[in-house]
Amino acid sequence: MKNKMAKYLLYILNIFFAVIIISPVLYCFNVSMMTMKEVFSGGFWPKQLIPDNYIKALQLAPFFTFIKNSLIVSCTVTFGQIVTGALAAYAFSMMKFRGRNALFLLMLATMMIPSQAIIIANYLIICDLGLKNTYTALILPNVASAFAVFNMRQAFLQLPMEIKEAADIDGCGNFRFFCFIALPLVKPSMGALGIYTFLQSWNHYLWPLLVTDSVNMRTVQIGLGMLQGAESTDFRPVMAGSMIILVPSILAFILGQKQLISGLTSGSVKG
Amino acid sequence: MKKKQFFRVIEPYLYLLPAMFFFSAFLFWPFLKTIWLSFAMTTPLGAVSSFVGLGNYLSIFTSQAFQNSLFVSFKYAVMTVTCSIVMGFILAIISNEDIKGKNLFRTFYALPMAISAAAASVVFMFIFHSSLGIINKVLGTHIGWLTDPKYALNAVTIVTVWMNIGLNFIFLTAALQSVPLDLYECAAIEGAGFFAKHKHITIPCISPTLFFLLIINVINALQAYAQVKLMTQGGPSGSTNVIVYQIYQEAFMNSRFGMACAESIVLFIILMVLTLIQFRLEKKVTY
Repeated sequence: MKNKMAKYLLYILNIFFAVIIISPVLYCFNVSMMTMKEVFSGGFWPKQLIPDNYIKALQLAPFFTFIKNSLIVSCTVTFGQIVTGALAAYAFSMMKFRGRNALFLLMLATMMIPSQAIIIANYLIICDLGLKNTYTALILPNVASAFAVFNMRQAFLQLPMEIKEAADIDGCGNFRFFCFIALPLVKPSMGALGIYTFLQSWNHYLWPLLVTDSVNMRTVQIGLGMLQGAESTDFRPVMAGSMIILVPSILAFILGQKQLISGLTSGSVKG
Repeated sequence: MKKKQFFRVIEPYLYLLPAMFFFSAFLFWPFLKTIWLSFAMTTPLGAVSSFVGLGNYLSIFTSQAFQNSLFVSFKYAVMTVTCSIVMGFILAIISNEDIKGKNLFRTFYALPMAISAAAASVVFMFIFHSSLGIINKVLGTHIGWLTDPKYALNAVTIVTVWMNIGLNFIFLTAALQSVPLDLYECAAIEGAGFFAKHKHITIPCISPTLFFLLIINVINALQAYAQVKLMTQGGPSGSTNVIVYQIYQEAFMNSRFGMACAESIVLFIILMVLTLIQFRLEKKVTY
């Protein structure tokens, strides 16, 4: 009897918290479907599903351009981080060379420099290079990350050393081994890292805000901010805009959830 | 033959070259530049006009705005970090029991991780709206959540906690699953109740993860920016002027890049101390 009560209580708690956590997203969707009258009457659910506010959002701000920009930037950054990360991680985990520990420490040190603390100097550098308002400016500073190197190194270290030794005896060169044996074996880790990096890059705010000021170079996050600034009285198109930029990241999250979670937590502290 | 040997020696460095190139160009070099600029006065375009030694540091530590931003950031960090970890812990515990639909609940709890600060901010701006917002409607109040200095920082904190829950939940769930089950069995035999069980077994067992999350959350909280920029612009009357927003203002509104860089260095030192603590902790863990 007591056990049954406890179980019901658990269900109630879980449902309660799930509703609380999901409701801002749901509310955003609902408001994006409402008429002005419904907004003023203050209900939670819309009476109809209409695309009017989405059309208005697309008229107010060039969301397709923003999405195109964000996709170009996020995909390139993700690809870049995987390539630079995997290459460096391979050297750190599979090769012996002079200065390996010192260089690895140097890599560790980069984690101590938070991006927000050097963002002004980076901005001035990009300005000096005349790269403001370009994809290059949005992409270059994020092409390599220490997190990617560590994550990939972690994956390579879990491969059995015997494969590498066998390949050495067979005279398989390092680069061939890297491309055709090591990389396919760490695909799950690459997937997790890829999704994580994509989400991070898609959600970036301050850097794109600083280095772009023309409308057709803006990314989705900045575009949404602009829309919000332009529309101070009617929230519905803003909510529609939020839904437009939320869909890709929620999809990426749901598709990659399992890999993402195991990838993120495997390198961390064991509880 | 000699050529081959030479290649053997330099090969590993070639693999490191791309990553090292980008680290040097966009991390080490800007970092040195930040230190250098923090000792200088600049033109509005960011070129050095004269060196002032420690002048910038002296002025920021006597500047009321900067002292206020340190204080606001500290308050904000304490509030967001405590609430995020406690919420993450509660959710991890209740979804770790043997119930139906567990995976669905877990997906919901982790979901805010995918949501950007910008989207979360604009959604909550409407939720907190003083006349149309659902919070005031439900509570039957007319609180200016974003315009009253008493409430603005709390509103920004609530948004941040909501965004942070996912990550804390994921790490705490992973930690809970690594607690040896026989410990719980022993506790059940001894007749320990729900709260005693978690107080004496769970929390001690997952304390390394709790500490790890503490540091990670503080580091994130001290770097918050988008929420503040979108929801309150640092106001009302400086009550949400967190440190990164203050740096941004100094550089891009007042064009005082030297001062902004000195403030960045202070932020860097605070974060470095925290990261060092975290590395010491991680050393105990198998990498």
